Amino acid sequence: MTEPQTQNGALVQVQSLKKYFPIRKGVLSREVARVHAVDDVTLSVAEGETLGLVGESGCGKSTLGRCIVRLLEPTAGDILFDGQSIGTLGARKLRPLRREMQMIFQDPYASLNPRKRVGTIISDPMRIHGIGDRKERKGKVEDLLRVVGLSPEHYNRFPHEFSGGQRQRIGVARALALRPKLIVADEPVSALDVSIQAQMVNLLEELQDEFRLTYLFIAHDLGVVRHVSDRIAVMYLGKLVELSPAEELYSRPIMPYTEALLSAVPVPDPDLAEKRERIVLEGDVPSPINPPSGCRFHPRCRYATEICSQVEPPLVDYGNGHLAACHHPLNVDKATLARVQASPAHTPETADSSALPQDPGKERAEPVPRSE
Amino acid sequence: MPERLLEVKGLKVRFATEDGTVHAVDGVDFELNRGEVLGIVGESGSGKSVTAMTLLGLTRDKNTRFEGEVDYKGENLLDLPESRLRDVRGNQIAMIFQDPMTSMNPVYTVGDQIVEAITTHEPTGNKEAKRRAIELLRQVGIPNAQSRVDDYPHQFSGGMRQRAMIAMALSCNPDILIADEPTTALDVTIQAQILELLDRLRADFDSAVILITHDLGVVAEVADEILVMYAGRIVERGSKRNVFYDPQHPYTWGLLGSIPRLDRPKPKKLHSIEGTPPSLINLPQGCKFRPRCPHAFEKCFEEPELRNRVEDRGHLDRCWLTVDQKRGVRDSTIAGEQRVVA
Repeated sequence: MTEPQTQNGALVQVQSLKKYFPIRKGVLSREVARVHAVDDVTLSVAEGETLGLVGESGCGKSTLGRCIVRLLEPTAGDILFDGQSIGTLGARKLRPLRREMQMIFQDPYASLNPRKRVGTIISDPMRIHGIGDRKERKGKVEDLLRVVGLSPEHYNRFPHEFSGGQRQRIGVARALALRPKLIVADEPVSALDVSIQAQMVNLLEELQDEFRLTYLFIAHDLGVVRHVSDRIAVMYLGKLVELSPAEELYSRPIMPYTEALLSAVPVPDPDLAEKRERIVLEGDVPSPINPPSGCRFHPRCRYATEICSQVEPPLVDYGNGHLAACHHPLNVDKATLARVQASPAHTPETADSSALPQDPGKERAEPVPRSE
Repeated sequence: MPERLLEVKGLKVRFATEDGTVHAVDGVDFELNRGEVLGIVGESGSGKSVTAMTLLGLTRDKNTRFEGEVDYKGENLLDLPESRLRDVRGNQIAMIFQDPMTSMNPVYTVGDQIVEAITTHEPTGNKEAKRRAIELLRQVGIPNAQSRVDDYPHQFSGGMRQRAMIAMALSCNPDILIADEPTTALDVTIQAQILELLDRLRADFDSAVILITHDLGVVAEVADEILVMYAGRIVERGSKRNVFYDPQHPYTWGLLGSIPRLDRPKPKKLHSIEGTPPSLINLPQGCKFRPRCPHAFEKCFEEPELRNRVEDRGHLDRCWLTVDQKRGVRDSTIAGEQRVVA
């Protein structure tokens, strides 16, 4: 993968990214272990697309998001932003790029400085990057407030005067202030009431059309992600385990972990809730300090066999840009399975390139009922 | 006839603050029978948590005013002196809170905290109490309970802490378990585990459960009766089937519509309830939902009563629209196409 990535319309290319956090002990702060937060993840986000990133707490989804906007420096691997390698750039060189990528955080209470007024919070990014004079900035902030559904009179208020949903709108306005290309939204609606979640999701979608934004939308709940995402990536314990066009992930999940995540979303229909078979995952996500051998999901997987604990399954392309890493793939027909097994081993790099939007002449796997 | 455990009549809770009087709960009535799960649903600030905390006297303060009655086994909990209330708390009515991270004391082991709950209410020795603590942890699904009982809360994950909280709440076999947003801080996978646990324990312990949540999806799985609250009032009340299959209040429609559904094709736009809940200091005139209601008309400037309007006697709502008018607009409102009648 040496050719420039912008050809296929990818704004962000994550290449074999690893992020380990050292655990130090003793007087010499010797490194005794490592938290494998993100372990060899390759994926890309096309311009104008929304990529949903889903997984339980501790799966590394937030770490990946923070690496992409370079709030964290990756341990290994690289990130290409708009074709430019940013994995190891220093703070000074990163600064102009910061305008292009912004973040929205989960907690609307902790992510706004309580001692600053709303106007200052939103205009600070512009001041730092030397955009406009004071008066111009004020005008822009008032426009932004209107765009996110607040009113320009809110300019001089403090964050504590707002509800959770309104604060999250302030966070969105701040992220928009520099007209970024990419917004990494880290659980932007998890802290909000269901009725307010819907408002936020709709707002984010409108803004995407208006400002031609690219989103990386991080969440633990597959319900909300479905509404915003074009493609969805599922992570488990630092690994990318499934990557798929959004609707296909819901109609035919391949990885058993995805199936379990889907089944955990509550169904607001008493009869259906009673009838459906529910897969309840036992226990918690294992420690990322010593991840399980083989497939990292095998201790909690109901389909696991011996091979799962010994061999790590590669990320395999099942056609139509649907990738999964599993020894016992669900919802895959025999022909596809045979083709996949006959083809040479996929490295994550080659596997992912086929996930990018390409000419539609590619062979497409028909959705079939679970092959058992 | 199931045993009546709790009867709340005309409950009002008001807080005097510097900015004015907060009408947190404004006339709430409900009953709770043994073995029943009552779901209380509403947005932040709808009064659902204050209602629950008031049952346990946790909102008592010199700036708080109460009205109405909370009848528990012939006693009014609102008038009960603090000393008597301590016998009820934890022993007969137990509560688990939203945030499992902050609701345990970080400097005591999980086991010690459960033992304390048991020995406070029962003349049990420490050894026997510890044995029961281990048994309880096992019942709520903590693996390796024998050794985990000596762990500190920080050694538990969020889901395990919530299980430990449930174990503590159940330690004295309470009649009523109040769960205030027990799964909101947890991952969906862990939420599924906790909901299943609550459902199983209700049968095992023969308790009644009050489940408070902002997510109707959560109550669809476990509740029998549902109260929908808005601005300190009940706006709809009925069995689970009533509320999900024949919802009568536009606010309930909004709540139903805003849940992203995986069992249906993806709509173009997620339906949301526009605006924000009203300030509880300056409530709007008439129906409190009027400013956000797509179907409001002149009549809505008078406050409707909570009363029965459909065939099912147990199904009450607080809305001026007639049943026929509602039939015409309900489905489109839930689906997010807003249309105005009258």
